[in-house]
Amino acid sequence: MTTIAQTVDVQTDYDVNADVENQYLTFILSDEEYGVDILRVQEIRGWESVTSVPNAPDYLKGVINIRGTIVPIVDLRMRFGMEQLEYGPITVVIVLKVIGENRERVMGIVVDTVSDTYDVPEDSIKPAPDFGDKIEVAFVKGLATVNEKMLILLDIDKLLNSGELNILDQ
Amino acid sequence: MGIDLSQFHETFLEESFEGLDVMESSLLNLDAGDSDPETVNTIFRSAHSIKGGSATFGFDNVAEFTHVLETLLDQVRGGERDVTQEIIAALLESVDCVRSMLSAQRDSSEYDEKQVQSVLKQLECMLDKEDSAVEEEKDDAQVSPGVTQGWLIDFRPHLNMIQTGNDPVRIIRELKSLGPVEIKCDMGKMPALPDLMPEDCYLSWQIELFGDVDEAVVNDVFEWVEGECDLVISSLQTDVSTSSAVAVNADPVEEILAATTELQVEEKVIVTNKDKTGSDDSVAKPVQKRTKAAAEGSSIRVGIDKVDELINLVGELVITQSMLGELGQNFDTSKIEKMMDGLSQLERHTRELQESVMRIRMLPISFAFNRFPRLVHDLSSKLGKKIELKLSGEATELDKTVMEKIGDPLVHLVRNSLDHGLETPEVRKAAGKSETGLLHLNAYHKGGSIIIEITDDGAGLNKEKIRAKAISNGLITEEEVFSDEKINDLIFQPGFSTAEKVSDVSGRGVGMDVVRKNIRELGGAVDIVSNEGKGSTITIRLPLTLAIMDGQLVRVGNETYIIPIVSIIESLQAKNENINKIVDQAEVYKLRDEYINIVRLYEIFKLQPDCKDINNGLLVMVEGEGSKIGLFVDELLGQQQVVIKSLETNYQRIDGVSGATILGDGTVAMILDVPGLVVMSRIKTSVKEDKVA
Repeated sequence: MTTIAQTVDVQTDYDVNADVENQYLTFILSDEEYGVDILRVQEIRGWESVTSVPNAPDYLKGVINIRGTIVPIVDLRMRFGMEQLEYGPITVVIVLKVIGENRERVMGIVVDTVSDTYDVPEDSIKPAPDFGDKIEVAFVKGLATVNEKMLILLDIDKLLNSGELNILDQ
Repeated sequence: MGIDLSQFHETFLEESFEGLDVMESSLLNLDAGDSDPETVNTIFRSAHSIKGGSATFGFDNVAEFTHVLETLLDQVRGGERDVTQEIIAALLESVDCVRSMLSAQRDSSEYDEKQVQSVLKQLECMLDKEDSAVEEEKDDAQVSPGVTQGWLIDFRPHLNMIQTGNDPVRIIRELKSLGPVEIKCDMGKMPALPDLMPEDCYLSWQIELFGDVDEAVVNDVFEWVEGECDLVISSLQTDVSTSSAVAVNADPVEEILAATTELQVEEKVIVTNKDKTGSDDSVAKPVQKRTKAAAEGSSIRVGIDKVDELINLVGELVITQSMLGELGQNFDTSKIEKMMDGLSQLERHTRELQESVMRIRMLPISFAFNRFPRLVHDLSSKLGKKIELKLSGEATELDKTVMEKIGDPLVHLVRNSLDHGLETPEVRKAAGKSETGLLHLNAYHKGGSIIIEITDDGAGLNKEKIRAKAISNGLITEEEVFSDEKINDLIFQPGFSTAEKVSDVSGRGVGMDVVRKNIRELGGAVDIVSNEGKGSTITIRLPLTLAIMDGQLVRVGNETYIIPIVSIIESLQAKNENINKIVDQAEVYKLRDEYINIVRLYEIFKLQPDCKDINNGLLVMVEGEGSKIGLFVDELLGQQQVVIKSLETNYQRIDGVSGATILGDGTVAMILDVPGLVVMSRIKTSVKEDKVA
């Protein structure tokens, strides 16, 4: 288990600072490369067994203990309805800070493997085409091309606050 | 640079508020015409300490006020004055005044000067009236006191007297109040101005006090400075006019000293100014913007015995640690037994240490209860009701955070009882009850919870009225069956009130929902049992502490769960003959005389268990929400104390799970929410019933 990055602070405003470059941490999911804002990444851990949560959605694998805090782990393949993969030695959990409507949470996502970090200029991010109902495009912040490769940049706030994970504070 | 007295302000204020509480509760214990000397003494002592302290810290308004208060109390104490209802009322009001002045000091806010002045006048009025009476008496009884008698007081304060918080000016003023004085000031020790330390006292005095004053009274004046000055008090015989030295009138002396104090103050202001560079306001209003939140609840007073216990335990822990360390340095298998001993010692000490630390946070519930005698006293006269307040179980200890959060809900509930529950004497008489209504506050431990009961023998809840109101509010329909639980639920709804008129006491319909919300936030529950015409009881159930609990580890399939030990009644191996199935759906277990609903944990949590046959598994009988269920688990593991962690921080609430904890191996285990499971089992059964239907 290695800690690559510690969070610095809250995200920058993407729309205004057009020429600002943002760093993205990318990971592989079913041969495609996805990226998340690196400032949201708290740490990267190897897969370890989790404690399952009763009556939770399938993709919520369970919870783990990270230095005294209970952190829920979401399997991204299952969240996107992809084919399941056996967890192996390179399966990693990326622990992210998720900003919800009125609070911050720490959650982990299970991905196939971590790939790289890239600087992506904000203006090179293209909006994702409309796929209709097929794919939950709302979670895709945009597409970017780096070194001739396409990166799918995820909006983790939307992703990890969606569906059953959405909490309305009562 | 002198001592910055402001660092003691917080402690002083805290102590003073405690003193005021003591005064208040003692005053309420005082009955007109019957003054228990010890009670009066207690009140006097508190007032005296507040006076002394406030003078020290320069809260002159408080000091002056308490001085008058003290004079009055002194007369009561001396038996010169009978305790009347009037005096008690005035004293209670003055307690409020002092409290408001001190709170104003704490929050750097304003207090109601007018109110203070009016109370002060009232007190002075009383004093004057009595004084003249006393004087007349004296004149009759005694030979007029000649000027021949008096005292020569040689008062030489030590250098550090001002630093100890005693102000010679006050002492001299006090002496002046005893009779005519002639004061000579000895300024011989006064250094040159550059060497002068503003907080040192260089002056000494020779004071001649004329008049028929008791020596004890003179001694009393110097009571606070004993050991901080050289004091010789000798009787003044005849020749008075020996004044040859630098005879200084008392007033110039005061001026000098006042100047010294001013110097001190100035210095302080400069210090503050330095701290807050650049902000001009800070000179004028050094700590104006201090928030109330910061002033409150940041400290806790702990009994010295509790601290000593901690130190002992830490000592033992260190010994055990060094023993284990030594063992580890050259370890071989022969020492295993010794190591096990050491480890079990370590475990015991850790547990004791943990308990002691938790106990530091525990305060007797009297902290929350103490405000009620006054509240009831005030409210009952306002509402024209006769009410007797009974408190019991005040020594029951409760976590400080829980205590802080339960205070306001309790006040609300008590006010409700007073306003809506208890009737006026006439109504009570008509109903055949005694004129005085009874309000009983009780606290006790039950299992791992603390129970607070508020019982009154008033009118109880008017079900019809609640029903009508609920229908008109659209909360229920006409046809709806109206169970007792429903009533409970209704009166905790926001905006629900059946009060015909809104008073400033209650009836706005805000409050009960907040009460329930607050109590639920603490992990507690609130419940009402009402008997129309006979009264009602509100029961609040709170967890003892919020952080740690004893848990029983159980295994279902591959998962480990924790059941709070307090909710476990017993665990048993199921016997087939005791299991019955009702309409092939719900399973019940016959435990002695009871039939208990069986809940298969693996069904509720959708797990793959070792066995589905109840005969091979274990049943853990638990109680929650007033009923029992039997949890069917695969295996009982062990018992341990667990630290409760919230799942909601990063996830959300899960039905049937109250939280999570981290086990010794670092993995997470869910803590079962027994009341929640009971509710779930009911829902499950009703779903099955639907299917059958």
